Amino acid sequence: MTILDPPAPPSGGAEPRGSATLLGRMKSWKLSPSAWVGAVMLLVFVIMGLFGPWLAPYDLSVLRDETKSAYEGASSAHWLGTDTNGRDTLSQLLWGARSALKLGVIVVAISSVIGLAVGTIAGWFRGAVDEVLMRFVDILMSFPGILLNIAIVAVVARPGDGVVILALCANGWVGYARVARGQVLALRERDFVLAAVALGASNRRVMFKHLVPNIMGPALVQITFGFGGVILVEAALSFLGLGPQTDYTWGSMLDQARTAMWNTEWFRIYVLVPGIAIIWVVLGANLLGDGLRDRLDPRHRGRR
Amino acid sequence: MSIGSFLLRRLGSGALAILGVSILVFLFLHIVPGDPVDHLAGGEATTEQRKKIEQCMGLDQSMPAQFIDFLGNIVDGTLGHQCPDPKNKPTVAARIAEAFPHTLALAVAGMLVAIVLALPLGIIAAIKRGTWVDTLATTTALSGIAIPQMMFAPLLLYIGFVQLRWLPGPTETGPAALILPALAVGTHLMAMLARMTRSSMVEVLGEDFIRTARAKGLPESRVIGVHALRNALLPVITIAGLQFGSLLSGAIIIENVFARPGLGDTLLKAILERNYPVVQGTVLVIAFIYVVVNILVDLAYGLADPRIRRG
Repeated sequence: MTILDPPAPPSGGAEPRGSATLLGRMKSWKLSPSAWVGAVMLLVFVIMGLFGPWLAPYDLSVLRDETKSAYEGASSAHWLGTDTNGRDTLSQLLWGARSALKLGVIVVAISSVIGLAVGTIAGWFRGAVDEVLMRFVDILMSFPGILLNIAIVAVVARPGDGVVILALCANGWVGYARVARGQVLALRERDFVLAAVALGASNRRVMFKHLVPNIMGPALVQITFGFGGVILVEAALSFLGLGPQTDYTWGSMLDQARTAMWNTEWFRIYVLVPGIAIIWVVLGANLLGDGLRDRLDPRHRGRR
Repeated sequence: MSIGSFLLRRLGSGALAILGVSILVFLFLHIVPGDPVDHLAGGEATTEQRKKIEQCMGLDQSMPAQFIDFLGNIVDGTLGHQCPDPKNKPTVAARIAEAFPHTLALAVAGMLVAIVLALPLGIIAAIKRGTWVDTLATTTALSGIAIPQMMFAPLLLYIGFVQLRWLPGPTETGPAALILPALAVGTHLMAMLARMTRSSMVEVLGEDFIRTARAKGLPESRVIGVHALRNALLPVITIAGLQFGSLLSGAIIIENVFARPGLGDTLLKAILERNYPVVQGTVLVIAFIYVVVNILVDLAYGLADPRIRRG
């Protein structure tokens, strides 16, 4: 039934070409140098997160002699010193990367799928469905996000990964929904969509075959920025003592740092190490996101 | 669309959003596990004491009845009572009123810092677009977003209070105690503002009336400062307004680090204490502030720029 296949959309820009694979398209993305810097920064973080626990010089589950080795500065045994409990800081940094990567990827995956689905449905069906879904989005947006996250996490006495993920997803999907809806509202008037409808394509087919593939560019931009955002919010929760209590996190390292400001030498290392780690990831995500947006988001193309 | 009907629509959807937030929080607090009575009564409470607290919190009633109670508390302005001793403890409204000045002071001071830093950065970056000055200014601005407040605030405290001993620490009060938290908040907000200023200035500088102004022989300072800046400020004001709105709902990290008993801190404590009336009341107030500021910003935008009203 080749005749029912949609006509190829007009070529040009980031419009997907029928046969192009993802890799093929990646090659044709002419990203700015700063975007590549961001991509490399994120890649380093991903490697740290994947292999960190094996690279970590010390086993954090073994409690060491606390009286002897707490608050140590940098030394050849502990490159970045030790924490208030005498645990190796470098190992914590690597384990923290693992936990940040895990949470970031899972939260972004869940909230982007939910958000893109909601946005696509709202934008395609319009009317009452759109009204109800977007009112719900309005409600979630009429409130600072981190307070909602805190409210959800605080319900559990010792929050694990699951609760934190739930809390971050609870409002994390909203941004994706708005992006998807905006894109779909514009796409629905385009010839290739009208043609598909005229040929009798079902709602499902139009959404999966024609709309969703075409919003992936702006969605990817949102995913990149969103990843940095999730890392920041998760660190903020951990900093307030509300992060996953089962893992070492950069946020809880920062929380530990501020309890011992009197210990000058130690504080300097201990606030900078997790702090710079967070900056690294967030900056990487922002640089890559900016580059992707200039390239992929039609509203930003050709600007500046 | 006329201003009147625009305002009416925004007020309507705003009220709906506030109501929605209240219902959501109400349902949420009732769905979640964890009995607030356990927390308030402590481990060794007799059943009688528990009954008393339950009664005080209205937990013995049906859920719709509890929600109607909550609405009643909004109408009479108390926003609810704190249990288990509602006579001697301040009402939720009183507790919020106590916290709000701290939040307001920080919001105003932080916003000032942000604007003072962001406008020059953004303008310079726009004028010197594409040069190393632009890169430097943009990077400086971006660092405000990338440096997490969880790191920056303790560092500021460390430098200003522990190292230099110039500035008061978290336990002290008075206007000087506002400097460090305002710096922490301001540098964070600066990033977005400077970016907005830059892109808005770049756009305006490319317009015909700027060329006209230059062709008339006006000094460059006047072209930039008056002709360009005035037209570029609108989107900047919008962002600043929205940022101010979110500041008014409590800069939770900063309040936590500098031990400021503001709205965010009140809510955080109430959530951890399972103090449901305070959670509900504070959430309502925060949502209200957020929505009102949003509407005001939209309104100001429309009033300031005739092009939007016509469009």
